[in-house]
Amino acid sequence: MFDNVNLQQLIFGRFTLDQIPYHEPILIGTFAAVAVVGVAVLATITYFRFWGPLWRDWVTSIDHKKIGIMYCIFAMIMLLRGFADALMMRSQQAIAFGDQQGYLPPHHYDQIFTAHGMIMIFFVAMPFVTGLMNFAVPLQIGARDVAFPFLNNFSFWMTVSGGLLVMTSLFVGEFSRATWLAYPPLSGAAMSPGVGVDYYIWALQIAGVGTTLSGINLIATIVKMRAPGMTMMKLPIFVWSSLCTNILIVAAFPILTAVLVLLSLDRYLGLHFFTNDLGGNTMLYFNLIWIWGHPEVYILILPAFGVFSEVTSTFCGKRLFGYTSMVYALVVITILAYLVWLHHFFTMGSGADVNSFFGITTMIISIPTGAKIFNWMFTMYRGRIRFDVPMMWVVAFIVTFVIGGMTGVLLAVPPADFVLHNSLFLIAHFHNVIIGGVLFGMFAGVTFWFPKAFGFKLDEFWGKMALYLWVSGFYVAFMPLYVLGLMGVTRRMQHFDDPSLQPWFIVAAFGALLIAAGIACQVIMFVVSIRRREELRDHTGDPWGGRTLEWSTSSPPPDYNFAFTPVVHDSDAWWDMKARGFSRPLTGYQPIHMPKNTASGAILALLSFICGFALVWYVWWLAALSFVALVATAIVHTFNYDRDYYIPAEAVSREEAKRTRELELA
Amino acid sequence: MSVSTLPPDRNEAAAGAAVLRGAVPRPEAPRGLGRRLRPLLALPALALLGGCNMVVMQPGGFVAEQQRNLVLASTGLMLLIIVPVIAVTLFFAWHYRATNEKAIYDPDWHHSTQLEVLIWTAPLLIIIALGALTWIGTHTLDPFRPLTRIDAKREIPAGVEPLQVEVVAMDWKWLFIYPQYGIATVNDLALPVDRPVAFKITATDVMNTFYVPTLAGMIYAMPGMETRLHAVINKVGDSEGRSAHYSGAGFSNMFFKFRGLAEKDFDGWVAKAKADGSDLSQEAYLKLTEPTESEPARYFKSYADGLYGKILGLCPKPGQMCVSEMMAIDARGGQSGPEAEEAYKRLRYDNHFAREGHEAPGATGPATDRGAHGQTQPEGMKPRPDMGNPDSRGPEPGKAQPDAGGAPSKDGAKDGAVAPKQIGQ
Amino acid sequence: MMHTDTAPPGTAAPVFFVTDEEGHHSEGSTMLGFWLYLMSDCLIFATLFATYGVLGRNYAAGPAPKDLFDLTGIAVNTAMLLFSSITYGFAMLEMDKDNQRRTQMWLAVTGLFGVAFVALEIREFVHLFHEGAPPWRSAFLSSFYTLVSTHGLHVSFGILWLVTLMVQVQKYGLVAANKRRLMCLSMFWHFLDLIWIGVFTVVYLMGVLE
Repeated sequence: MFDNVNLQQLIFGRFTLDQIPYHEPILIGTFAAVAVVGVAVLATITYFRFWGPLWRDWVTSIDHKKIGIMYCIFAMIMLLRGFADALMMRSQQAIAFGDQQGYLPPHHYDQIFTAHGMIMIFFVAMPFVTGLMNFAVPLQIGARDVAFPFLNNFSFWMTVSGGLLVMTSLFVGEFSRATWLAYPPLSGAAMSPGVGVDYYIWALQIAGVGTTLSGINLIATIVKMRAPGMTMMKLPIFVWSSLCTNILIVAAFPILTAVLVLLSLDRYLGLHFFTNDLGGNTMLYFNLIWIWGHPEVYILILPAFGVFSEVTSTFCGKRLFGYTSMVYALVVITILAYLVWLHHFFTMGSGADVNSFFGITTMIISIPTGAKIFNWMFTMYRGRIRFDVPMMWVVAFIVTFVIGGMTGVLLAVPPADFVLHNSLFLIAHFHNVIIGGVLFGMFAGVTFWFPKAFGFKLDEFWGKMALYLWVSGFYVAFMPLYVLGLMGVTRRMQHFDDPSLQPWFIVAAFGALLIAAGIACQVIMFVVSIRRREELRDHTGDPWGGRTLEWSTSSPPPDYNFAFTPVVHDSDAWWDMKARGFSRPLTGYQPIHMPKNTASGAILALLSFICGFALVWYVWWLAALSFVALVATAIVHTFNYDRDYYIPAEAVSREEAKRTRELELA
Repeated sequence: MSVSTLPPDRNEAAAGAAVLRGAVPRPEAPRGLGRRLRPLLALPALALLGGCNMVVMQPGGFVAEQQRNLVLASTGLMLLIIVPVIAVTLFFAWHYRATNEKAIYDPDWHHSTQLEVLIWTAPLLIIIALGALTWIGTHTLDPFRPLTRIDAKREIPAGVEPLQVEVVAMDWKWLFIYPQYGIATVNDLALPVDRPVAFKITATDVMNTFYVPTLAGMIYAMPGMETRLHAVINKVGDSEGRSAHYSGAGFSNMFFKFRGLAEKDFDGWVAKAKADGSDLSQEAYLKLTEPTESEPARYFKSYADGLYGKILGLCPKPGQMCVSEMMAIDARGGQSGPEAEEAYKRLRYDNHFAREGHEAPGATGPATDRGAHGQTQPEGMKPRPDMGNPDSRGPEPGKAQPDAGGAPSKDGAKDGAVAPKQIGQ
Repeated sequence: MMHTDTAPPGTAAPVFFVTDEEGHHSEGSTMLGFWLYLMSDCLIFATLFATYGVLGRNYAAGPAPKDLFDLTGIAVNTAMLLFSSITYGFAMLEMDKDNQRRTQMWLAVTGLFGVAFVALEIREFVHLFHEGAPPWRSAFLSSFYTLVSTHGLHVSFGILWLVTLMVQVQKYGLVAANKRRLMCLSMFWHFLDLIWIGVFTVVYLMGVLE
């Protein structure tokens, strides 16, 4: 093909045209579909002349609300990708028995389960969580933005850039097959010499920068920018859960960054951290990755707990039961999250004392978690429960989550773990808590805050259909996996010999189809709601009878969130204001100090993407060039001292007059 | 790797095991607990027994049986709180619905010290009970701890030596060495019924997990390291063991036959291996390390001296330095100069795949001549059918090495997959 | 900040809005945010220290600290970094006095000490390569190089940042934004000093004195 191989390698690294999977029908089909949808989207944007507004109001926006919305949209798009992987796995396992090999050979199937795990955690659950926190936290504490608005925009685009790198692996080269945590030695250069693990590493590193910075940002926001009167024990419970989550992020993600640096040094420079030879130690990787990995579990679930708390008290029309004990439970979970990591590998043989210690600390976490469940239960007690869609998610969550919690505690008993570890029982367990906990929580949160973000509610019929299908689909898909786990079936199998297992897998695949129908209903829900937006319009800004400050402003809130910073006297500040008869000031507006939009974040993230891609393919000149450009752009950005402006009082006045008219309509 | 620090005290271990079954009286707290739990044990069991072969619930070995009992006891304990929580949640949700005007509505009721105490102590009590079970169970069932009983009723008769089995997880097959009998097998593990077995477990290059569901819980098999497992099989019968930890493309077919044999049959099985088997010389072993999947059972009447030690030391090839030797030098404070140079050459074994032109277990496009997404099979894998032709499952097991994806080329490393060590030099 | 009552006069309803406020952005959040960043960075170093703790004796039948490290050279290196911290302190004192010229001078001195530190470290690495101790020789050397060079990269980044700030101070003067940036860099610089003391103790002193 090329005569001078060296020149080719110099320019293209290890990229050759063979790396484009044009002989894989599945991937070509996917690519065609993505291309068609992509062209359609671009054409629509062009047709409606959306490019300008898209750039001005969204891409360069430093408005925490818009960034939060973009995080959630990104999460939903990635959910479609991650779920497509899930469907492929379920269908492969439902047919690949005996002589039937199914349609996915191991080297394809293994990429799919790796990508599924990694995408669902890092690019679905994380952006969902970060998105909701970004949107709701500043509103709930009565702030006008986060502490570092530019950083917020940068964090978002870094997350997207990491996700983009994973998606690129679909069509250029391939993805990792070394499972979602890339355990060495399998993920090392000797055993996985291709580009897959490198895609994995750089996608996570780029997205990880975004996650860490957004964690720092939100902690600073919560600590420094609360409305006057909002003491720590008057924080809305979702803000408390966000604070704990972000502390966990800042205290856990650097460890992931460091351990992935070590793995990449092993792979790129031939060092010996986790190799078999020359003194490397694979067990070190297991420990380090799970010291990040276990807190990560709580990073995902705590905001969901926060959402459930807000939703329960709002729809029960009642103050949250046991606010103080809820806060202590959150703090205890945050601390204990660092003392349990070893329960992910009891079977490494660390000895009975170590295993019992970590087993028992794991069980102890179930005490504050249990207390939270009871608190939600007693919040419902003597409430007046309105079963709107968010509240239905709460009930589905409590019932599902306690089952997952139970199997989790079971797995924390080391001898029980010896027979259940790495089995489908384990798979069923963590899907039970991540779908039943995190995803249900995110869906509840999206339905709950959607009217705040867009000014109209989501269609209730399709929301309920989605809920019924998701919940029943979850049970049909994962209860068989518990049974299969007890039959000794292990995870990550591409093919089975024992035909007696097949009915269970067929049932599970049917469950996945139900979930697919649930996702379809959610898509329909968004379309129908947008079309019926005038009927679903909320003029009050407070469609659910809310309790916290985000409901005190208009829907959608103005750029500056609050014309006057609220003063807080109670943990349910807005409820308190309504109960004690506040009056909305209609005059005396002042100019409001706001940060300016900037394109730097998106540019830096794009350069990071190019740098990551070049590193994956050993295109050293491009990697060096994009890195230098990255640093230069960052420096140039610091020379911009003109970063904020004032919204004039007249503009505020106009905006607030509009709100007054809306309120009269309601 | 630490071994259990608990002394193998017979009485204590036996009592601990008895507590787990909730049968034998013992003048301490867990006894009553065990008794009260007995009816509860039936609950999850009933719910789960669907007529299918739940090997984890109906194991054939004493260790797995105790682990099963622990699963049931813990589940029972937790159901004590889970069932009421679900029931009360659903009841509250139904009773306090907005349309039920008769229900009391008390929007400001948000605190009750009694309830707070209850909701923190109820889970706490369960966890204390479960923690006690865990502590005892973890120590009793520590895989590193030698057995003291062969089943619930019988202690190990005096003078019975445990059967030693050395287990090696390879790409993608299992090698079992029986040092007391001088034989070795691939993908066939036979154990005599009611005789304690002491496994030593390691792996050649990537991690795996040694798991025989009917026998005992799983434990990792790690290259250069040794884990142990003590177990006993109490029932005659065939079953299956496998790797439970993903180890590359051939992982799905990395299982082996597990047989529980009566003492007499076991002797016959050994004799047959002695009679029909070949010799697992060093060369034969190195040939065996090449990746294969669905490897049929094979028997070796003898094996190279100290083979397991060399595998464990990652030095099966002539001239390689074993891990133990390296660690001894390190313990003396390392070495410098020409000896260090010499040692370096003898210690680099991780890249043997690339150097020998074999494809690594997780290998991808650039390591070989093929594209990343080709339909050709990775080396050592049986040919998979074309997408349109799902009938053939390739040649019979045991036939010649499949060579579907083009011979692994010696110069495979040249297209960009410069082995990292070479970059570094 | 003044809170005015929005309720009709005569009732005891509490104040619900701040009707007269100055800028909402508090200077404090930058310092807090930067401090949080430093703590997250500290965790990266903690991970590298832990890795060194686990792998630091795995010489792989190769050279050990006693064969490799020259404490005198390291002591000079350490002195460079400690001096740079002191001179940065002088720069901050001058900044407080709004003396731009002297601030710039001390910043320059700090930068030079930093460059000297990095240069000495590179020299040490070259020496180690010649001794047959490249990072891929053993797990000990892998973790040693990674820990030390991560610190070195931080210092190099700090120098780049310092130069950027000097240009900005030159261009815009000691304005509030620049003072805040100098404060951040100051925290960063002293933080690196602290990390180096850990490296010096754990890696070099304990390695050689064993």
